[in-house]
Amino acid sequence: MSRFSKMFEGWRGERQWSAFSPEINSREFIDLSHGTLLYLENITVSFDGFKALDKLNLYIDKGELRCIIGANGAGKTTMMDVVTGKLRPDSGTAFLGQTINLLNMSESEISEVGIGRKFQKPTVLENFSVFDNLELSLHSDRSVKASLLARLTGEQRDRIEEVLEIIGLQAEKERTAGNLSHGQKQWLEIGILLIQDPYLLLVDEPVAGMTVQETERTAELLTSLAGERSIVVVEHDMEFVRSIANIVTVLHQGSVLAEGTMNEIQDDPKVKEVYLGSSETSS
Amino acid sequence: MRSKSFIIETLQGDTGGRILIAILLCGCVVFPVFNLLVPQSSAFHISTYLVTLFGKYLCFALLALALDLAWGYCGILSLGHGAFFALGGYGMGMYLMRQIGDRGVYGDPLLPDFMVFLNWTELPWYWYGFNNFGFAMVMAMFVPGLLAFVFGWLAFRSRVTGVYLSIILQALTYALMLAFFRNEMGFGGNNGLTDFKDIIGFNLQTDETRAVLFVVTGLILILVYLFCRHIVKSKFGRVVVSIRDAESRMRFIGYKVENYKTSIFVLSALIAGIAGALYVPFVGIINPGEFEPLNSIEIVIWVAIGGRSTLYGAVLGAILVNYAKTRFTAVMPEVWLFALGGLFIFVTLFLPKGLVGFFSDLKEKMEKKA
Repeated sequence: MSRFSKMFEGWRGERQWSAFSPEINSREFIDLSHGTLLYLENITVSFDGFKALDKLNLYIDKGELRCIIGANGAGKTTMMDVVTGKLRPDSGTAFLGQTINLLNMSESEISEVGIGRKFQKPTVLENFSVFDNLELSLHSDRSVKASLLARLTGEQRDRIEEVLEIIGLQAEKERTAGNLSHGQKQWLEIGILLIQDPYLLLVDEPVAGMTVQETERTAELLTSLAGERSIVVVEHDMEFVRSIANIVTVLHQGSVLAEGTMNEIQDDPKVKEVYLGSSETSS
Repeated sequence: MRSKSFIIETLQGDTGGRILIAILLCGCVVFPVFNLLVPQSSAFHISTYLVTLFGKYLCFALLALALDLAWGYCGILSLGHGAFFALGGYGMGMYLMRQIGDRGVYGDPLLPDFMVFLNWTELPWYWYGFNNFGFAMVMAMFVPGLLAFVFGWLAFRSRVTGVYLSIILQALTYALMLAFFRNEMGFGGNNGLTDFKDIIGFNLQTDETRAVLFVVTGLILILVYLFCRHIVKSKFGRVVVSIRDAESRMRFIGYKVENYKTSIFVLSALIAGIAGALYVPFVGIINPGEFEPLNSIEIVIWVAIGGRSTLYGAVLGAILVNYAKTRFTAVMPEVWLFALGGLFIFVTLFLPKGLVGFFSDLKEKMEKKA
């Protein structure tokens, strides 16, 4: 029985039929009049009684670079799943700007409206060159018909070169993505998100498994990208978080435990008790 | 001139495809010429039996091409392609049946023999129009395509993938087999459709008709190959391959994965339908046995042995395995299925990229040494 129900799990996510909801494809609709890009309010997600997210409230401002830390199972990845449409919360609301309700949209629609996600494990299109990876990710018509006739314009080519420069992979552009080093794959994945001109980048553990130099480069990359767009980084590496973040949010058991600068966080007695004090080495 | 450059562009970097098309073109000349113009007494004569046999192989090759498009390029392991093939075959069968006219055993000008036998008095509505060749051919593609669309749309929307999808498709072809076995369905039940006389006015039994059928099948195979290659090289093809390798990445980039999967699946079913329609005039019969689940599994084996996601590998696999089958079943029929199973295990363990992959790896090694 459980296997059977698993098979149809997808139905849950597919409840919203695109034919019945208004077409959202224009980016001008994002209303940033209050300066806040992402609103998550009272989000609760439970798996068989276990509350992965428990009345989570989180606000991300326009142009902000926010780090989210928390022990395993604190709900960091679940939060990203909710924002990107992979999971529907049991209750709560999620809005992009003032008007766009993310909970009504599918993953592809959410991506279209300007939220990009980098996975924990670098996920690039291994069979294709770096250039092709970026080409396929270009912000363009995603329909089957358009893809059959697609030809790359000069403008798009320039855009790809531009992103290649930002992520520092110009020299590798003809290489097959599968042969890149771990760090390069991470940067390519950031490039894949970047080329879609997102408003919000969700980045899951970008420096896991990176060398010190690679970590430094990634920190530079992410700080340079913030401002124009908002970035949310989930990370375990405290040094890294310290080097990039203005404001850090600590998640614990599915809700926000503390929020503030790195120093404020480290001095917070609640945080000391549940997180920094227990396992992580603090500096 | 434009079409010529189109072909050259499509085959760029596809050595295997160029060789394949060259061989197919040669075959399209050699087989009919040596069959019709060389006297039977000559050692170079190719018998009509061989022409028919290889014509059948070409149809299987087309079917393998269809499966490779779905499985090799999009990772949809369909164990139901036999159903699309058989449906296409029934489309052609119904046309050929209507062409018999009053030359049937019962001499009824309108009703096929089996309907007279069942005491039916009028032609069922779904047999209307099948006396028209064009209509019948459109239906031979449309019906498998529609089935694939409905099925694919439902399955891919609810994100049914992997083994589950394969099993459901296997069940689909089995269900269709049981349905077509029923006399009430109006497709000849157990015996299917047979005893065909002629196709667009030409007698099916003559050597000339068979030779022409062979050439037509060969040319269609080449055209479909070029079409598939074109599809695979387009942005659409690259998106489809990426969906195979990193489905959730593509979803988060913003592609509607289910639309792409449904499209390639429908395309694949259309080609399988064409293959089925071409197959029937060669064998002269279509019956529910074609829906047998085992057939669908065999198609997967052809593609696996030839080599996945190369297109020409699928064609090679289909022709080689079927040739082996013909030879083997003539000598030791009871051993064939074991041999096929063994071959499949061997290929999976030692040649994961199939014969084509094995040879290209070998070539690479040689080049490195040199």
